[in-house]
Amino acid sequence: MVVQTPNGYTLDNSGKRIVVDPVTRIEGHMRCEVNVDEQGVIRNAVSTGTMWRGLEVILKGRDPRDAWAFTERICGVCTGTHALTSVRAVEDALSIQIPDNANSIRNIMQLNLQIHDHVVHFYHLHALDWVNPINALRADPKATSELQQAVSPSHPLSSPGYFRDVQNRLKQFVESGQLGLFKNGYWDNPAYKLPPEADLMATTHYLEALDLQKEIVKVHAIFGGKNPHPNWLVGGVPCPINLHGNGATGAINMERLNLVSSIIDKCDAFNKNVYVPDVIAIGGFYKNWLYGGGLSSQACLAYGDIPEHPNDFSPEQLYLPRGAIINGDLTQVHEVDVRDPEQIQEFVDHSWYQYGEEGVGLHPWDGVTEAKFELGPNAKGTKTNIKELDEAAKYSWIKAPRWKGHAMEVGPLARYVVGYAQGHEDISDQVNGLLRTMDLPVEALFSTLGRTAARALESEYCGRLQKYFFDKLVKNCINGDESTANIAKWEPSTWPPKSRGVGMTEAPRGALGHWISIEDARIENYQCVVPTTWNGSPRDTQGNIGAFEASLMNTPMERPEEPVEILRTLHSFDPCLACSTHVMSPDGDELTTVKVR
Amino acid sequence: MSQIETFYEVMRSQGITRRSFMKYCSLTAAALGLGPAFVPKIAHAMETKPRTPVIWVHGLECTCCSESFIRSAHPLAKDVVLSMISLDYDDTLMAAAGHQAEAALEETIQKYKGNYILAVEGNPPLAEDGMFCISGGKPFLEKLKYAAKDAKAVISWGACASYGCVQAAKPNPTQATPVHKVITDKPIIKVPGCPPIAEVMTGVITYMLTFDRLPELDRQGRPAMFYSQRIHDKCYRRPHFDAGQFVETWDDEYARKGYCLYKMGCKGPTTYNACSTVRWNEGTSFPIQSGHGCIGCSEDGFWDQGSFYDRVTDLTQFGVESNADQVGMAAAGVVGGGIALHAAVSALKSAQKKTQDAPTQNEEA
Repeated sequence: MVVQTPNGYTLDNSGKRIVVDPVTRIEGHMRCEVNVDEQGVIRNAVSTGTMWRGLEVILKGRDPRDAWAFTERICGVCTGTHALTSVRAVEDALSIQIPDNANSIRNIMQLNLQIHDHVVHFYHLHALDWVNPINALRADPKATSELQQAVSPSHPLSSPGYFRDVQNRLKQFVESGQLGLFKNGYWDNPAYKLPPEADLMATTHYLEALDLQKEIVKVHAIFGGKNPHPNWLVGGVPCPINLHGNGATGAINMERLNLVSSIIDKCDAFNKNVYVPDVIAIGGFYKNWLYGGGLSSQACLAYGDIPEHPNDFSPEQLYLPRGAIINGDLTQVHEVDVRDPEQIQEFVDHSWYQYGEEGVGLHPWDGVTEAKFELGPNAKGTKTNIKELDEAAKYSWIKAPRWKGHAMEVGPLARYVVGYAQGHEDISDQVNGLLRTMDLPVEALFSTLGRTAARALESEYCGRLQKYFFDKLVKNCINGDESTANIAKWEPSTWPPKSRGVGMTEAPRGALGHWISIEDARIENYQCVVPTTWNGSPRDTQGNIGAFEASLMNTPMERPEEPVEILRTLHSFDPCLACSTHVMSPDGDELTTVKVR
Repeated sequence: MSQIETFYEVMRSQGITRRSFMKYCSLTAAALGLGPAFVPKIAHAMETKPRTPVIWVHGLECTCCSESFIRSAHPLAKDVVLSMISLDYDDTLMAAAGHQAEAALEETIQKYKGNYILAVEGNPPLAEDGMFCISGGKPFLEKLKYAAKDAKAVISWGACASYGCVQAAKPNPTQATPVHKVITDKPIIKVPGCPPIAEVMTGVITYMLTFDRLPELDRQGRPAMFYSQRIHDKCYRRPHFDAGQFVETWDDEYARKGYCLYKMGCKGPTTYNACSTVRWNEGTSFPIQSGHGCIGCSEDGFWDQGSFYDRVTDLTQFGVESNADQVGMAAAGVVGGGIALHAAVSALKSAQKKTQDAPTQNEEA
């Protein structure tokens, strides 16, 4: 059957159906089904979130000051970003102004997360879609050393002996016959294009990045006590500053600041010497594989983040841009208002939920969730042993959020497209520089590779911002302000009987919003609309496909039974399924409607 | 398991010298709190014991346990994965997906029947026929049971697998259920925490590989070596508690001096974990050191014990070795914080009634 979607895709499900479940190297659980034509080109795509945890139901009736800890556990990969969004939502509801130092520390933590998440994503979740570690065994270490010095002259780990040692280690590992994580990979698939030397260089950096990432997050440990899942505080940050006097060792002191500073330098060095050069080098071998753009050239959404001043989320005060692009018109960036009930709505026609009436979208303030797990008439298998889903019916635990009715892409590429369209100076410089270096036109940005490159550029940009806010923090302390928390409204007795608020961040994976209603000092309603809900959304009432689905369309597969291309493009979004699957109801009674047997 | 290489063989074949190997054994002994006499024993074990295959499955979770695991500094995560265990299935990190991933699982189970460790991150939901967590088109519960059937032992990583964690907080809409409630015929090691400390995770694995046995477990099934003492017992701010010196509000002068966070709701007095000794992120800090109270994330049902900022009032036996009266006396002698004193002393008194190792309330449920 051939279907034309309103957002411009021709879906044809008559060809061979390929099922990928589980989709691995992601956070959470996901399934993907595609139909390929006789030439092996994807002509229909179906993405399914396969988990649901019900966190927002659990939040109901709790102390709003605790919500950050619950929502932080939505995701341990983008750890902290939900917590930050949550404290912002509560502060918005209660009109709490945070101190300048708290704003700087929060920004440092959020930027630190961006860098950590992007590095781990690229090297440990995504690289194996481009890099073949088995092929690295055929590399000449001397040539690899030359390659390394050519692509990144300032990276100190570049000697032939270094690469030979890594190669030997890899060789022994492979020869042991126990391939561990590399087992059953697609290592003879022609979709892998790198020469052995590039494979060895990138595999070596896989290991370097694994060592480095544990250093990056020490910034979270310093300010938040641990990582994953550092601690946060409504009204500021929990860590006090004491740079001068008695007891300074019990607070953020000079030694702590020096440690933060040294890690910021390590982040910068890795971004500049390894991450960005690797993406350029690897990308150079895949310049002819510019599939996977999907919605990125058509519809992008960003809420913006990293405010210069506490509590000021006006777009011109944010270092990561806010705005929406629709209908592929990059000349116009639309303002986004997350409070407007007409702008953001969620649909459930193809999700395993039901509303009172079909075909409506609900703003997060008015969100309803009633689980309704059922397979369509054309599904194959049984309810507990699904062979093929029926995308004409309900087929995912993810809802379908829309901005003014449009399916949107969110994430690093969306942020960079919005920033580029706005003429954001730092972003434009980076993008133009990259395109010039790689000798690619701007259209190349709208691709799987573009998404991966935008993430690397953003990591580098966030590294600079991290340094900026560190300096700002120190300067503020020099000026005598060591305050980190505003406790004027800590006690619930100071709160109005009813209030509601919104918190926004740009999580590593894209625009993230939490909507909270507080009544009598308790959470009356809590709703999260998260990046992977946008990107991984199923079809909506009008039949618009979501960003994952759109990005897979018309991609040729070398071997349809080996999902290298599907993984490559899905991974370029850095899917986070534990985030994306959530629920809430308007008035608090949905526990009776979630069918628990 | 003769087809599996020993640690030593692998380390040697990867260019690690005998000298480095012995150094590694010393570090392992030290990390486990063992004396130098244990070094040759560890070396011997590593020379003769085979590398153990590990299957790591994921249910309802947030992946913080995997993220914590890769933060391990000693041993490094890369050394664990390349040289110590054979991580033959882990959907978060493995290259293969879909059918090829499922085949890797199947092959590992068949080849190493009875000899692999099953590591579980997250838990199975039982509601909706288990379909709140789907893997390979089927309920995750099926996969869990299938993988557990031939496992040598099961490790329940983190609060999710051990106790249920956040998705099992009231009202637990998906009926998320800890592993030991559905797998009842295998030895299970609970390594709770949200997440557990990285070096505790690798420490547990290393212990099992080194001694070829399960670590000694407490009544709740946790390794005694890491979970037998409360954070409060070894907290560096404990002297401030004993002296009655408390943080009164966030960012007050006492907070800046690093006083005790008890009055800010710290759950250190009722939480069994190694945070105040091993600390986090290569010893960089731990929650209390960074100014926020412990939220008790390694305790059963910690989400449902009231606000994280409520003061602990039902202390399950306080006081480490020294008795609670002495603690109270010391507090009385120092500061005039009458309210603080009252709270602390009455908490101590109520705590005195309870016995050591009392299981938390949900354990027998």
